[in-house]
Amino acid sequence: MSGNGKRGSVLVIGGGISGITAAIEASEAGCEVVLVEKNTYLGGRVAQMHEYFPKLCPPTCGLEIHFRRLRTSPRVRILTLSEVEMITGGPGNYKATIARKPRFVNAKCTACGECVEICPEQRADEFNLGMSETKAIHLPFEMAHPMRFAIDSDACPGSSCGKCVPACPYDAIDLDMQPETIEVDVQAVIWATGWDPYDAEKIDNLGFAEHPNVITNLMMERLASGNGPTGGKIQRPSDGKEVESVAFVQCAGSRDENYLEHCSGVCCLGSLKQVRYVREQYPDADIYVFYIDIRAPGRLEDFFAATEKDEKLTLIKGKVAKISEDADGCLEVEAEDTLTTERVSQTVDLVVLATGLVPVAAGDAQVDGELQTDEFGFLTTEQEQTGMLAAGCAKRPADVATCVRDATSVAMKALTSCGE
Amino acid sequence: MDKKVAVYICRGCEIGGSLDIDALSEVVTDECEIELCRDHECLCNDAGLELIKGDIQEGANALVISGCSPRFKTDDFKFDGCTTERVNLREHVVWSHEPNDEDTQMLAADYLRMGIARAKLAELPDPFDEEIDKTILVVGGGVTGMTAALDAANAGYHVVLVEKEAELGGWAGKFAWRFPLSPPYKELEPVDLSERIAEVQGNERITVHTGTTIEKIDGQPGQFDVLVKANGSGSQFRVGAVVQATGWKPYDASRLGHLGYGASPDVISNVEMEELIKTGSITRPSNGKPARRIAFIQCAGSRDADHLPYCSSVCCRVTIKQALVTRKFDSEAEAYILYKDIRTPGQYEDFYRSAQDDPGIFFTKAEVTGVEVVGDNLQVVAENTLLGDEIRIEADLVVLATGLVPTSADGEGLRKLADAKATIAKGEEGAALEAAKVSFEEFKHLDGTEILNLGYRQGPDLPVLRHDFPDSHFICFPYETRRTGIYAAGCVRGPNDSLVSMEDGSGAALKAIQSVELASMGSAVHPRWGDMSYPDFFMQRCTQCKRCTEECPFGTLNEDEKGTPLVNLTRCRRCGICMGCCPERIISFKDYSVEIISSMIKAVDIPDEFEEKPRLLGLICENDSYPALDLAGLKRIQHSAYIRFVPVRCLGSVNTVWVADALASGFDGILLVGCRSGDDYQCHYIRGSELMETRSGNIQEKLKQLALEEERVRLEQLAISDFDKLPQIINQFAEEIDEIGLNPFKGF
Repeated sequence: MSGNGKRGSVLVIGGGISGITAAIEASEAGCEVVLVEKNTYLGGRVAQMHEYFPKLCPPTCGLEIHFRRLRTSPRVRILTLSEVEMITGGPGNYKATIARKPRFVNAKCTACGECVEICPEQRADEFNLGMSETKAIHLPFEMAHPMRFAIDSDACPGSSCGKCVPACPYDAIDLDMQPETIEVDVQAVIWATGWDPYDAEKIDNLGFAEHPNVITNLMMERLASGNGPTGGKIQRPSDGKEVESVAFVQCAGSRDENYLEHCSGVCCLGSLKQVRYVREQYPDADIYVFYIDIRAPGRLEDFFAATEKDEKLTLIKGKVAKISEDADGCLEVEAEDTLTTERVSQTVDLVVLATGLVPVAAGDAQVDGELQTDEFGFLTTEQEQTGMLAAGCAKRPADVATCVRDATSVAMKALTSCGE
Repeated sequence: MDKKVAVYICRGCEIGGSLDIDALSEVVTDECEIELCRDHECLCNDAGLELIKGDIQEGANALVISGCSPRFKTDDFKFDGCTTERVNLREHVVWSHEPNDEDTQMLAADYLRMGIARAKLAELPDPFDEEIDKTILVVGGGVTGMTAALDAANAGYHVVLVEKEAELGGWAGKFAWRFPLSPPYKELEPVDLSERIAEVQGNERITVHTGTTIEKIDGQPGQFDVLVKANGSGSQFRVGAVVQATGWKPYDASRLGHLGYGASPDVISNVEMEELIKTGSITRPSNGKPARRIAFIQCAGSRDADHLPYCSSVCCRVTIKQALVTRKFDSEAEAYILYKDIRTPGQYEDFYRSAQDDPGIFFTKAEVTGVEVVGDNLQVVAENTLLGDEIRIEADLVVLATGLVPTSADGEGLRKLADAKATIAKGEEGAALEAAKVSFEEFKHLDGTEILNLGYRQGPDLPVLRHDFPDSHFICFPYETRRTGIYAAGCVRGPNDSLVSMEDGSGAALKAIQSVELASMGSAVHPRWGDMSYPDFFMQRCTQCKRCTEECPFGTLNEDEKGTPLVNLTRCRRCGICMGCCPERIISFKDYSVEIISSMIKAVDIPDEFEEKPRLLGLICENDSYPALDLAGLKRIQHSAYIRFVPVRCLGSVNTVWVADALASGFDGILLVGCRSGDDYQCHYIRGSELMETRSGNIQEKLKQLALEEERVRLEQLAISDFDKLPQIINQFAEEIDEIGLNPFKGF
């Protein structure tokens, strides 16, 4: 790079931890970056996590540093509510067409919140996985970046209501805001599209959606979070009762030829971390983890070893066969020991399904010259077209540390794709 | 340049309705004697910004913008050529306090006084201008180092690659087969690094030194002077940044006697198994006959508190590979894999499946208790952890899946060893000698392990954390080490497969590139990217106490013989910890200094003792605690109006003189809020909170000497997500101070 000059342009698709990292790292090495995120805020899945393993520290600590870097970086253009529709061209010269949905709140918003009270419409809060509600006009969450309100057009009747418009002292609400199409020319495209949680309803023997006290691991993160639907209290969804016993069901869908064939890589540590959440709130709760293998690579073994010492934690090597509910909403978890073929059964207050990671990959984007995926749907490391790059969970199931590391390495590849 | 202070007060976001703006303006104009003071209904709208820009054209250059938090509308309120002080009247005043209340008004007025005090002293940073060499030095020529070298070269940088062995390739170059690195994840892949090695050797920007070791690296990012040695002769060159990709070494199998290693030549390590594989057939070392029943013992030395407590991550896949290779060579052979857990993450589940589908490979979860030599054969004794009984597996070859040990050198330990040796050599006596002997015993095992040989006062290699991995924030900022411009990559940072190691090489290369590019602009690197300020040392008053040289978490400072700090600016992360520890207060940044913060503390209007309004000072970390207070404000959680907060770059940058100043000015209590310290520290500068803990111990001593209550100074550690707890902490502290009573020195 000569002096402070421009190094080339990079499109980063996805504003989760991988995308944010790739965008910042590439920009701090001199690239101009367009960061595209489909949500109203950056942070992706990690923003919904209560704590990271193994340090049990809040994701917002690192996100704050990232957001500060973004706030002061002149080289990253952030497009929220945006999705890439199409990419044409080829190596060295990609043209991306981006569809941006209206936020209905412009940059004049000061996040003062004057608009909220007057809004008559409620919506399910997807940040809390539908376990709570917000008004149609809402701040995505208190650490949202950009720190700006948004209107959910599915819940808002629009100008036929319009009560929020005069309530805003800053002229920040524009109910006539239109969708936009934005085109950008770049030398490299980083796919940091991340993952969706495996749909637990598809696993018919585990009773998700049927039994309210069977929840997913992601729901558990929201329940444990201070900014979650219960203010951080882990309780039974059916009756708000405190929990005396919890069962974690590992590989809920993963490592299973009927559902997800891959190992989702992070669920073992995720559940062990959630064991800690439960233990912090309930010193006497009985906790059971049904697993196939506990996969705690590298130094994460320390976390497993420390958690395993918990005297009221029972690890059961066995695949859960069935979950049924009794009249009190308690759940009977039946498992089959994979080697002895004996059946074990345990009744608990709450079941947490360690659902796996489903790659989003290219999603619905149309790409000239196709992207290569593996047999599990993850984007491959080596793409045929130079400058097409996958990062983080778009490429393989990975924890945050691995995603950050990977996104940095992909930023390096983007830099080389941009030329000297 | 003359300073012209201009003060702006925003009336938006409830500020105008909650505070007497005219009275605030009078504080600015009459009391602080700032002529230019304007208020506006919404400073961040076009008209508000135009107002400010108009004044800048008329010469205003020290702006005090009172409104929302500096974390908000950051870009809008950035004006070239001006210092900008954001006074947080929104989150920290009106959103968290009773509107139109005397105490809230006093709080707002104090924050304005503090902001103006700072604006009067803070200057625009003038970035240093150093001659920066942008060459990247890569240490280690395995797959990690080669990838780092190629990536940096392909991005236009000159690279010097140093490898201690005669050939490039490292461990991967010694293996014949590997588990798949790309789809389909079922089949074995032959290893051939020749193309990659040729690519490295043929790249005109890469200079390769094989059979070479690093004798010395002196200097700082952008100016590292490297001395290398090959075949007894030395050569010297300059580089800008370093990637340490020195890889791993196998765990010493001779320490695994309990698993039969050494008892029979037919008990081998997985590395020795690779050598057998390379011969094309698996034979028993004892008699050269084909091995037909092979037992693999997983976690041999890994996941074991007596050996390597961590999981070596790759051994499960390596064993599966070796079992499949064995079967490929000899369809009659059988492989028994005794494991604790099979760890084949992600797509490698398929690789595991392909071995499970092989009728000659058997997996058993078992806790191996020993390996016995029975006649000509071996018996692996194990406890079947599922059934609880003892099982014995006959084998003619036992392979121990030994783990990966990082090749890192413990830089801090090496420093202590050198100090101990020096003390002993000097002929010191008594306690000093005894301490040195203890230290020598503790660290003597490190003798000769140096790799980088850095000319750093704090030690010749990267500092390490638990398990000897040289990183500092491995979740959020995995490449950060505690030495700016030196980045570890690959298995030196943790056990990894070669794909991840290669990716790691790329990532570290990027960080190395960033560090030289940012150094060339005079900018700090992460986490203060873009910060052009740097510490200035007023050396005439230095007493050579060495606190700064010891406490800097990044080893920025060297020392001359007398102990005078020698500054290496491009090593600096600009956290200000040196400023916090300096008893002579000779270290300052243009926009952050002991004097600036003292002036803010002294600017607070302290009510006299008859008003019965206590005043508390909060020194608060700007990285986590300050945002937490913002979030509490956003949620409209109320806290005591008696406290005044001053954000600091890191709690470690708090100079205890500020506490003394505050007590002398009549503050009744001081609250210090920073990030978590300890093993799972969250401090962005690693040791800031921890250092403050030590210093606050000293503060407590001083309080005692002054016959003041220890409770007047409190240290709290807070996570950013605990924003709802911060108001409680403040209120509790205010109540406690209320109970203790006012500072008896008030008014003196």
